[in-house]
Amino acid sequence: MTYAALALGLSLAASLVGGAAQAAGASDSDSERDARWKEIATSIFKDRAIQPTETLVKVEAPKRAEDAALVPITLTMPEKDKIKAVHLVIDDNPSPYAAHFSFGPAADPGELKLRVRVNNYTNVHAVAETKDGGLFEATKFVKASGGCSAPMGMSDEEAMKGMGDMRMKFAGEAQPGKPVEATLMIRHPNFSGMQMNQLTRDYTPARYINKLTVDYGTKNVFVMDGDISIASNPVINFAFLPEGKGPIKVTATDNQGGRWEHSFTAPTASN
Amino acid sequence: MRAPDAASRNDGACSSMTRRQAVFAGFGGFCLCCLPRTLRAESFAMEEVGPGIFQRRGPNAEATAENNDAIANIGFIIGRDGVLVTESGGSLADGQWLRAEIRKRTDKPVRHVVMSHVHPDHCFGAAAFSADKPNYIGHHALREALEARGEYYRKRLEDVLGPEKTGTVVYPTQGVKDGAEIDLGDRRLRFTAHATAHTPCDLSMIDSASGLLFTGDLLSVGRIPSLDGSLNGWLKEIERLKGTGATQAVPGHGPVRVALAPALAEIDRYLGTLRDETRKAIAADVSIEKAVRTVAQSERGKWDLFDDYNARNVTVAYKELEWE
Repeated sequence: MTYAALALGLSLAASLVGGAAQAAGASDSDSERDARWKEIATSIFKDRAIQPTETLVKVEAPKRAEDAALVPITLTMPEKDKIKAVHLVIDDNPSPYAAHFSFGPAADPGELKLRVRVNNYTNVHAVAETKDGGLFEATKFVKASGGCSAPMGMSDEEAMKGMGDMRMKFAGEAQPGKPVEATLMIRHPNFSGMQMNQLTRDYTPARYINKLTVDYGTKNVFVMDGDISIASNPVINFAFLPEGKGPIKVTATDNQGGRWEHSFTAPTASN
Repeated sequence: MRAPDAASRNDGACSSMTRRQAVFAGFGGFCLCCLPRTLRAESFAMEEVGPGIFQRRGPNAEATAENNDAIANIGFIIGRDGVLVTESGGSLADGQWLRAEIRKRTDKPVRHVVMSHVHPDHCFGAAAFSADKPNYIGHHALREALEARGEYYRKRLEDVLGPEKTGTVVYPTQGVKDGAEIDLGDRRLRFTAHATAHTPCDLSMIDSASGLLFTGDLLSVGRIPSLDGSLNGWLKEIERLKGTGATQAVPGHGPVRVALAPALAEIDRYLGTLRDETRKAIAADVSIEKAVRTVAQSERGKWDLFDDYNARNVTVAYKELEWE
């Protein structure tokens, strides 16, 4: 099953499970939340076992979001050599499977930051996938609502200005053997499909970055599969190993056929 | 509901209300509705701030079921040929209250209702005047902003007040591009449509008879400004307000008549600090989630509702400035 099909399937499933519960998400009981998570986890991971972990992955998020359409999430994976991929699930969002990162040989998966939309009081699950095929989950409860349906505060045309522009910032000097922290910024409205023009009653069609590939020379850093839960103008903090050669190349595509490619000069370790 | 709030922020409403009520409860079981009569009267009294200009001060609070979202400074101007409503109120109930206050003082028709910007505490009183068939005047971008957010705001407000008190979304019948003038016979109101600042649709006006500048929320006194447009834009528009020649103003929140220069200096300082420290945080790779806790902390204690809005303002500022 492709990711897109999976996301769609999940979105249907969630609205069925959700129903009245979605409107009253703030007051759901723990057992209702657990049931929802089990259903989502089964759709994504089938019958694979998922172990709770305190060490392999941690998810940090504000308990109460300042802006439901821009909720900063930090995923830390201290035992980074073991990590192959990480999945981010926002249980009560209309399309819960927010992002999936798979790490390449040039990655340092120790820490990853991104900004998401949160539509309801919800558990946020991070599931780390180890190289030996194990799945490990950590959870954080976030209070926010309306992040997916919140109007952008500007016209669609304005929100789409400069779509596909990218920037990359690097923190500090590159040192041999030490990972380099980078911030990738992409101009893209990431329309959720739930933002309505109240007068015409038309929803702005969903238009979101569905795949993002970052390579360092010939080596892959990460591939992200994304969905409507990623905030507009996506910003992703990640780290890579400075051993590569050549530019950092970023390729982004969206679900409406948009494709953008940018190259950035990586800081090189001098010794 | 956080009334003058960006569209996306709708979470804290009930919870901050609960917090506040809990605080009141701690002080002997008061909630806003059962505050001592004198206190209440003070915050809801009409004051004549200039010849024929009546204003009610809104308390520095969030919308609650008890206060009808009557939290902005609202009022009216009586001219020879009719009445102009300077701000309509935060709900249908608030607008109806204002309309009754007008009728206590004059029988002249309500000709114009000003909608200073898109936020619900300034817009939702407009529906109370529909029987008067007034000219609803707003920034040319107000219609679009209301189309995008109006219904959303209405639902949030309805959650707090119930449908009867909330009312409906009213659209401007006159959109101001750059400037406009309204003549009430013995006085003229000169309007300025501002570039994106507090919101993308801020409208200010000057009354020729009194010289008073009505700023809408471009100026907030005592209540922390809420950023929902452009920080750089707002700082520019503050410079523009300084050049209007007005010396006295009616701000969107705070005392209903203030000396303009010192009030602008306060808001200028806050927004300048917000900009400078957010820029610094971005340059130093301080993450947005850390920045909301560190930026503009020197301003705490200088503003009411600081803890309710500053972090939110930093988020909006960060989003704007990181692309500089």
